[in-house]
Amino acid sequence: MDRVKVATVWLGGCSGCHMSFLDMDEFLIDLAEKIQVVYSPIADMKEFPESVDVTLVEGSVANEDHVELCHKIRAASRVVISFGDCAVTGNVPAMRNPLGDPEKILQLVYVDRADTHPIAPKEAGIVPKLVDRVRPVHEEIDVDYFIPGCPPSSSRIKEALTNLLEMGETHLTGENLRFG
Amino acid sequence: MAVKTLTIDGRLVSAMEGQTVLEAAQEAGIHIPTLCHLDGVSDLGACRMCLVELGNSPKLQPACVLKVAEGMEVRTNSDRLRKYRKMIVELLLSERNHVCSVCVSNGHCELQDMAVELGVDHSRFDYIYPVERVDITHQRFGVDHNRCILCGRCVRVCDEVEGAHTWDMAGRGAKSFVITDMNQPWGDSTSCTSCGKCVQACPTGAIFQKGATVGEMQKDRTRLEFIVTAREKKQWIG
Repeated sequence: MDRVKVATVWLGGCSGCHMSFLDMDEFLIDLAEKIQVVYSPIADMKEFPESVDVTLVEGSVANEDHVELCHKIRAASRVVISFGDCAVTGNVPAMRNPLGDPEKILQLVYVDRADTHPIAPKEAGIVPKLVDRVRPVHEEIDVDYFIPGCPPSSSRIKEALTNLLEMGETHLTGENLRFG
Repeated sequence: MAVKTLTIDGRLVSAMEGQTVLEAAQEAGIHIPTLCHLDGVSDLGACRMCLVELGNSPKLQPACVLKVAEGMEVRTNSDRLRKYRKMIVELLLSERNHVCSVCVSNGHCELQDMAVELGVDHSRFDYIYPVERVDITHQRFGVDHNRCILCGRCVRVCDEVEGAHTWDMAGRGAKSFVITDMNQPWGDSTSCTSCGKCVQACPTGAIFQKGATVGEMQKDRTRLEFIVTAREKKQWIG
């Protein structure tokens, strides 16, 4: 049987969810027999593949690259899972939203409050532009399942992936839904 | 006092006249989810979590302020009620800035517990991201309006148990907010006795003890219970 093609994506988040994924320890060996990682920040692939079975999306939609990648992911993936609180709720990256205009925030953080080198990160074609409002992934594209948690514990991720691989769907319940 | 007999979820339950459906259900061991209800202070039906179905009426009623009546037929856990309760939690989450991962009450929060209980895995409603104040002018406590769900427990516990009435509600609808004194900084309040009952009563991390960091703020209801019980049983009189 062909292995399930899985992609993992890192948008506006801290990569803690990916760290928690790696924290599944020996289960990763069992998982490697069932899944094939076709795209991930921890594997060297430059372009998002054209056809993926399951994509785990960590992080919120915070810049224009994220928006573009989100739509690529949705078009290419059979199942999209919001992976962790940033993807599910916006979480910490969305805390900038009440502060308003992202340009003003960049100015405040990188220039006004800088001790040395007061320059806002700006480089056309390299540094993507921030979107006005950070959004959870499901406000940008349709999402099939949600794995909350900051980060979701490795046992929670294991439960979600096991359900998905065995039953084709994964609706977490009870304590596995706790945010934070 | 007369005894009333009613049916809750198909079970015959007796209650004293004047009791609420919530009290009757709790005594019968039937769980109705609540958020604004706090044992020992009056109920006002603010959060709508405890909505129940009544006989053939299409109108839902909050169990915490609904008095028992003879022959009443109450349903507490229909698909429709579960759907609405879930929706209420999602609306509460999207109305202010609830960021569990950096909250003092993470892991000890009644709003978070309610999301778990009702199976909320995300909010269907777009987040509003309002600009909310944080008041840390009080020497020992702080209030973060980002985390407030407007349950009014602080208002009631301060008025009814402490007798200070430092807290009150200002504004209308989603723009309501809790205030101290005449919407003055908490630290300048002349009525606040710094008793901390509002801190213990608050279901989320909105009112907190200073110095607590993420997940450290655990509310202790035993102090409130102690006072309320003593008052009800007149333990300090005679």
